[in-house]
Amino acid sequence: MAVKVIELKCIGCGKCVRVCPFDAIEMKDKKAIITDKCTACGQCLEACPVDAIEKEEEKRRAGSVDVNEYRGVWVFAEQRQGNLLNVAIELLGEGRKIADALNVPLSAVLLGHNVDDIAERLIKYGADQVLYADHKLLDIYTTEAYTKVIYDLIKERKPEIMLLGATNLGRDLGPRISARVHTGLTADCTKLDVDLENRRLMQTRPAFGGNLMATIICPDHRPQMATVRPGVMEKAKYDENRKGEIVKFSPDLKEEDIRAKVVEVVKAAKAIVALEDAKIIVSGGRGLGNPEGFKLIKELADKLGGVVGASRATVDAGWIEQSHQVGQTGKTVRPSLYVACGISGAIQHLAGMQESKVIVAINKDPDAPIFKVADFGIVGDLYEVIPELIEALDDVDDIVERFKAVSQGA
Amino acid sequence: MNIIVCIKQVPNTNEVRIDPVRGTLIRDGVPSIINPDDRNALEEALRIKDNYENVKVTVLSMGPPQADAALREAIAMGADEAILLTDRAFAGSDTWATSTALAAGIKHIGDYNIIFCGRQAIDGDTAQVGPQIAEHLGLPQITYVEELKIEGNKVIAKRALEDGYFVIESEMPVLLTAIKELNQPRYPSIRGVYDAYKGDKVKALSAKDINADFDNVGLDGSPTQVNRSFTPQGRTGQGELFQGDCKESVKKLVVRLREKHLV
Amino acid sequence: MNFNLSKEQLMVRSIMREFTENEVKPIAAEIDKTERFPRETVEKMAKYNMMGIPFPAEYGGAGGDDLAYAIAVEELSKSCATTGVILSAHTSLGCWPIYKYGTEEQKQKYLVPLAKGEYLGAFGLTEPNAGTDAASQQTTAVLDGDNYILNGTKIFITNGGEADVYIIFAMTDKSKGTRGISAFIVEKDFPGFSIGKIEEKMGIRASSTAELIFQNCIVPKENLLGNEGEGFKIAMSTLDGGRIGIAAQALGIAAGALEETIKYVKERQQFGRPLSKFQGLQWMIADMATEIDAARLLVYRAAFNKSNGLPYGKEAAMAKLYASECAMNVTTKCVQLFGGYGYTKDYPMERMMRDAKITEIYEGTSQVQQMVIAAALLK
Repeated sequence: MAVKVIELKCIGCGKCVRVCPFDAIEMKDKKAIITDKCTACGQCLEACPVDAIEKEEEKRRAGSVDVNEYRGVWVFAEQRQGNLLNVAIELLGEGRKIADALNVPLSAVLLGHNVDDIAERLIKYGADQVLYADHKLLDIYTTEAYTKVIYDLIKERKPEIMLLGATNLGRDLGPRISARVHTGLTADCTKLDVDLENRRLMQTRPAFGGNLMATIICPDHRPQMATVRPGVMEKAKYDENRKGEIVKFSPDLKEEDIRAKVVEVVKAAKAIVALEDAKIIVSGGRGLGNPEGFKLIKELADKLGGVVGASRATVDAGWIEQSHQVGQTGKTVRPSLYVACGISGAIQHLAGMQESKVIVAINKDPDAPIFKVADFGIVGDLYEVIPELIEALDDVDDIVERFKAVSQGA
Repeated sequence: MNIIVCIKQVPNTNEVRIDPVRGTLIRDGVPSIINPDDRNALEEALRIKDNYENVKVTVLSMGPPQADAALREAIAMGADEAILLTDRAFAGSDTWATSTALAAGIKHIGDYNIIFCGRQAIDGDTAQVGPQIAEHLGLPQITYVEELKIEGNKVIAKRALEDGYFVIESEMPVLLTAIKELNQPRYPSIRGVYDAYKGDKVKALSAKDINADFDNVGLDGSPTQVNRSFTPQGRTGQGELFQGDCKESVKKLVVRLREKHLV
Repeated sequence: MNFNLSKEQLMVRSIMREFTENEVKPIAAEIDKTERFPRETVEKMAKYNMMGIPFPAEYGGAGGDDLAYAIAVEELSKSCATTGVILSAHTSLGCWPIYKYGTEEQKQKYLVPLAKGEYLGAFGLTEPNAGTDAASQQTTAVLDGDNYILNGTKIFITNGGEADVYIIFAMTDKSKGTRGISAFIVEKDFPGFSIGKIEEKMGIRASSTAELIFQNCIVPKENLLGNEGEGFKIAMSTLDGGRIGIAAQALGIAAGALEETIKYVKERQQFGRPLSKFQGLQWMIADMATEIDAARLLVYRAAFNKSNGLPYGKEAAMAKLYASECAMNVTTKCVQLFGGYGYTKDYPMERMMRDAKITEIYEGTSQVQQMVIAAALLK
């Protein structure tokens, strides 16, 4: 067990038992005992009032490497059909900070066919170097081709850190690479820090549906890999004058290398809600009571010039498509204005929108948790409030004038 | 055809709450369920069994002894056999170590055409174990499966993207991960419940039984470790609340929004 | 004394809970409003062996026990008392008599499809002049060659008009009094059998409650259930078990009502705080929760006794008596706690109160239960 109780110090208060997210602590004869279920998450260490719990010495693990042989920060520049994904630019922004802290170069790994223009842009977005694999068989993403190319690059060049966007494809590719390399991969990170002393990446991510945050490290294996949640990190700035090195090559790939073949690529028929890019979002929750309520939400969204979002409850109930879902299992958004209507503010939803600049909440229940994160809230029936608000938005100048007059007059 | 479905017993994270005073997780009374994405994988395997001759569905899970209930539920839904990999040696595994153990379990079972996993578990939320198992076994993988067809020795899958999908074909054996859009899982039948608890339907195997690589399972076999965990500090908003007359509240809100240059 | 449910019973409960949440709850208000029999729910339940829970697999059942069955009725009734009684009447009243008293041929012909849910069952004892005084049967059955000819009317028959198979009681020998009543298995298509009035009711409105009309109805003599003259015994012993089903229904109604009410009083605010902070209301809730728990223990104990070959007549009567009065009491108080909203159809509370009343009346009124209990104690 990597966590153990110092029996002499234990006072049998039971705080650790209550706090353990894995039910891994039992009380026997007024002393705490750590059981098999322990994952060394450390919650008990923090909770113990008498410091009777400690972490044991870390052992060297199978597959560990000499970490000093690995240098450099890599980001996977995901492109689809010649379009560089926004998350790749976010990774370059974050990657730059990490590379600077560690004083190593930042490289972008680009796979595709005839995407030279993207390679150029990656330099302008801050990559010192672009490792650009150009091959017909890389035109469309396949697990096996992409894994093979990147694995060979890693083996050859030994980066210490590799970041990928936690997109549908990134989450297919990341674990395949990390398993082939035999290294650690942390999924869906929302925060990255650097422990300079140990040259370790501190990878923070949500677990338990967002109810718990965990900071993960990968001490003995390289590269330290992480997939990063899109829409969370700050984008890199574009600098037209930036210069860097593009290493273009054609990897050795054959048709037979790819066993799961892509036979068709289909884009969704509907215009997709680009929630992550929207400046204003109006979301509807269970408080709407029925799917018709979304008509009202759309009206308000249109009035404000924004898009429609939804809580998980409404998506699960079939009132609106999943592409509108904001939250832990939906999209993470950072708009300038987020209006939550009939949304209680469960932690899974907050996880997706609490970084919004301004949050407005409309809810019948004054105790709804959403009001704690909201900057402005109206307690009331949304079916009354929203029509009022839509009307009022035609008259903003007037209302502001009169309000000023009243407050000055008083 | 032999299909192995990997499932995980997880706490129902929708019901996990934070103790507002201590800022800690309250797990008391939170029921354990079969991970939702895994249920979709199991349902798809059972549909294949319904529609084709000679299909055997085996359910595999790595977990503590109480995961037995999840495996019984899978049998009650229609799975033929269940195997629980349970051993102190597996405790504290990260996704690498979990996938190594499951891969060893699968090798122990021997014959398979399809390995079906759920895309991700609602407690770990990583979506890594499926692809890692595929790598350990040297199999092609198709993740995020939202539709599946069998044609002879091939599978043809619609693989979901954020804004569309790929159609991917692969020969078997292949590893697939299921998402909730794939199907609507059936309920376990009541007769299934009673049959599931009869006889030897769930086999418990230890690390030794499956020839697991002890260096690569459990806490000591995990390349990643938890450095610390904490309950997320929520953002605290400005907290200006407008109650009372609806028209007045709306007016006050509009003024504030104008102040912030949002309208 | 082990108060824990078995692993199988726990799993049955969680399945029924999920099923109810997804399939039953969403249509409960609509079927009550339109008095529409939820045939689709019956078909779904049949698929999952829910229509024959306490019967062995060899007779098409789920191979479960009476407690699991009671739990199933309880869970369904938390959201929809109609669905609960459809299952209860079918299982306890329609299937069980054939299981207990049927010949092997009758079991194969009728019990198997009933337990599988391919047929729906019903029980016809009550007549215009024979309610609590069930022995005053006026329906007659006369043996004529290879058939019995039935004449008479039954009323207030649950699942009447929707069922495929009916257990019908009729007088074969008036001179023998209660020992002159016999039981018959009647198929809906037997000549001379028709459905009369369908009742419009206060509650369980989507449950089909019908008048059955027998006009020279031809029933093959193989369909005599048990022996001639055993009918009354069959009826009474069937009702003993049926009581457990109805008690479970009443329990479910009360438990479901309290669950909704607890959610409501935490949200609804008056005088600047939620209703849940007012002590008078807290006391009401405490009392109701205790009453419901007591009812639950009575119901479960009766089911346990039945499954384990222990005497259960008095116990089932106690459970039915207590649980039904509990349901009426709890739903009335819950409507009260909802205030004006409790009286409107926007909330399910008024329906639950309307549904609760019948549990004090059918399958033996509360007064009949008292008679049964007293008889057991004072003999």
